[in-house]
Amino acid sequence: MTIDRTGTALIRLQGVSKHYGATAALSEVDFACHAGEVHAVLGENGAGKSTLMKLMAGVIRPSAGEILVDGAPVTLSSPAAALALGIVCMFQELSLVPDLSVRENLLLGAPGTGYGFRNPTDLAAARTTLDAIGGEAIRFATRVADLPLAEQQQVEITKALIRRPRLLILDEATSALNASVVDKVFALIRRQRDEGVAVLFISHRFHEIEALADTLSVFRNGRHIETMRNGEHDYPHLIQLMIGQPLSNLFPVAAPVRPDAPVVLDIERLGWSDRLHAVSLSVRAGQVVGLGGLDGQGQARVMHALFGLLRHTEGTVRLGGEPIAPDSPKAATAEAVGLAWVPEDRKSDGLVLAQSIAENLHLASLGHGSRPDEAVFTRLMERLELTYRELSQPVADLSGGNQQKVSLIKWLALSPRCLLLSDPTRGIDVKTKAQIYRLLADLAASGLAIVLLSTDFEELIHLCDPVHVFYDGRIVDSLSGERLDASNIVAASLNLHATADGPDPVTRHA
Amino acid sequence: MLELFRANRRECSAAVVLALLLGAYLYTHPRGASTYVLTIWANQCLILALAAMAQFFVVLVRGIDLSVGAIMALTNTFASYVLGGTALGIAAGSVAVIALGTLCGLVNGLIVVYGRIQPIIVTLATGSIFVGIALLLRPTPGGSINYDFADAMTLDVAGIPTAVLIGVALVVVFWLPLRRTGLGRAMYAIGSSEQAAFQSGIAVNRVRLCAFALGGTFAGLAGSYFSHVTTTGDAGIAPNFTLNSIAAVVLGGVALRGGVGTLIGALIGACILKTISSLMFFSGLPPLAQPFIEGMVLAGAIAIGSLGLLRVSDRLLVFSR
Repeated sequence: MTIDRTGTALIRLQGVSKHYGATAALSEVDFACHAGEVHAVLGENGAGKSTLMKLMAGVIRPSAGEILVDGAPVTLSSPAAALALGIVCMFQELSLVPDLSVRENLLLGAPGTGYGFRNPTDLAAARTTLDAIGGEAIRFATRVADLPLAEQQQVEITKALIRRPRLLILDEATSALNASVVDKVFALIRRQRDEGVAVLFISHRFHEIEALADTLSVFRNGRHIETMRNGEHDYPHLIQLMIGQPLSNLFPVAAPVRPDAPVVLDIERLGWSDRLHAVSLSVRAGQVVGLGGLDGQGQARVMHALFGLLRHTEGTVRLGGEPIAPDSPKAATAEAVGLAWVPEDRKSDGLVLAQSIAENLHLASLGHGSRPDEAVFTRLMERLELTYRELSQPVADLSGGNQQKVSLIKWLALSPRCLLLSDPTRGIDVKTKAQIYRLLADLAASGLAIVLLSTDFEELIHLCDPVHVFYDGRIVDSLSGERLDASNIVAASLNLHATADGPDPVTRHA
Repeated sequence: MLELFRANRRECSAAVVLALLLGAYLYTHPRGASTYVLTIWANQCLILALAAMAQFFVVLVRGIDLSVGAIMALTNTFASYVLGGTALGIAAGSVAVIALGTLCGLVNGLIVVYGRIQPIIVTLATGSIFVGIALLLRPTPGGSINYDFADAMTLDVAGIPTAVLIGVALVVVFWLPLRRTGLGRAMYAIGSSEQAAFQSGIAVNRVRLCAFALGGTFAGLAGSYFSHVTTTGDAGIAPNFTLNSIAAVVLGGVALRGGVGTLIGALIGACILKTISSLMFFSGLPPLAQPFIEGMVLAGAIAIGSLGLLRVSDRLLVFSR
């Protein structure tokens, strides 16, 4: 490996910051990526990785600082401008147009295609690339909306590669792909690197980073913490860098659940079309049950089913022994049922951003007869240390962490019997995370039954017991006690039954 | 072949409906299936079809154009001044009429794109302005069009109505090639997912501007063809055509959320709508009941298109579309 890290970087960021209102997504970042290297960017959710990628891809512009390509300052005013410089990004939220065919998507905006009849893009090469990453079954004439997520990702990867990138940015490019396809994609990426392409790689899968990266950079809270060669530090050290504090400070010590505590939520053989199959689990009072797995494996659908968002579900759900079958969120939150659900996307599903804090807090109790006492809100706001100017200010003004607190308080004020949480700490800062963790532990200690869906396995390990791991609409493993550790969660998420082939460096004692 | 049918099933089912309606119309018409009857029918259809195509380009990029009828009124009144003279004058006049339509569409697009204002509000406002200018040009219906030229555009060639030939020519010479260009793809992409189009390197603003200008051009063509059929200028035609153009694109399988549908669909939708009202005219129904029946048929046809929602088993999807 001969990477000249002293020479001119293919892309270099100098003192780059990006602010959204009062929140800083990136602060004074210096960062460089060289030709012929695979450079992995590590960081927690909300560390600024995606913001970094979007800056380089020309999707957003920096609030301050400079971007240099081949040593010359450039303005990346649009993705088209970045593309002209050979910067190609494969986005986490795909850049495919659902209503167009695969062929048309591959041609869309490709260099030299323009708006006329010229199609210099070599579709035969696209076919070869698609076949090389296991997409033999994907037909060019198929509408992208009709493809499953994994195949869409394969198309997205092909679309990026046929644009002949000089800098290829992969943002969670392989999150929906299975291991054998990932291997094929990596082989292709390595070949690109050997031909002198710079590759920026974001992934939450440590073993992928270990397998692919030459260089690692760690980001935390919008800052570039350190850059090192792959293998220079061990995983516990990396995690320490990513989190910034020992894990023990972040997670409260959970009180053990009394084995004779009553079962609050009991799900028996829950099924829904071909997306959920015979999911059974139960939650006792005071217990925090985790739902894990890769994105989109059915765990989110369990929440939707419980909250009355899905039609034609199978199986039985009992709450406090009584069978329930809510047909709408209103029915699910009725006092007789007593469910509350904090959805994963607080901006679109959890809150009405343009409305005030007070209006959002009252939203969940609308139509349920009695309004909760103002004192309930005040107490919860103090407990979660909600930072705000006045209750009449729009929620959009608050930082992500404070928005999530509003979303939580809104439901807790109804005093639910069972609380459903979907990724409640996605994209929020470490301090708020710790506050939310403490709140969850306290709520559990006071006897609330909690179901926590999370993509962050540290959360699952430290807050939950047991953790049910989903794969393809089924629970493939239920982990508790000694078996509840990172390597088992990762193995179950990928539906690998082997847990003993070599020590996985990421363990709960990291 | 089957593949082609499946990919264009909206257009195909609309075409079947049209064929049935046209059959019923020709069967009930006192003069039967003659060139004369077909020519009158085709002329009426083409006016609305051009208006629907104007609406189509704006709807395709996730907009809506409430000024289609207004641009038609403006270009129609303008045409009643400039299409009366010599051959050379008529040629230059025709170009000017269509260019005026393009200009109107361009104004809409510029305000929408650079003013960042909702198309529905922009076109509501500009529509009033365009009608206002049309009223200044022709406070009462009047003016004239060169009869020889108007006849050439609205009669038939060897038994085939000229309007049919124009419609087919637009599809074959203009639409099918356009669909294969980068511009055609980009318009669909913007309507389907503006974010994905932007991230793919599409110049979203310019393409949207282009779609609005194309919409204006077709509204200008519609106004100009209306002049040939009626041989006068009338500033009062706007509201009727605007609303019918929206109904026509929906009937033709164009999704109001953008990104889905074809120019051919808009054309067929317009023909369906026009054929329904022609059927009513010869149906023997009391004239006062005709709007009611026409509305019911229209509502029924559109409702069929959203039957799919009943089969959705994820209630959240009802909100996302």
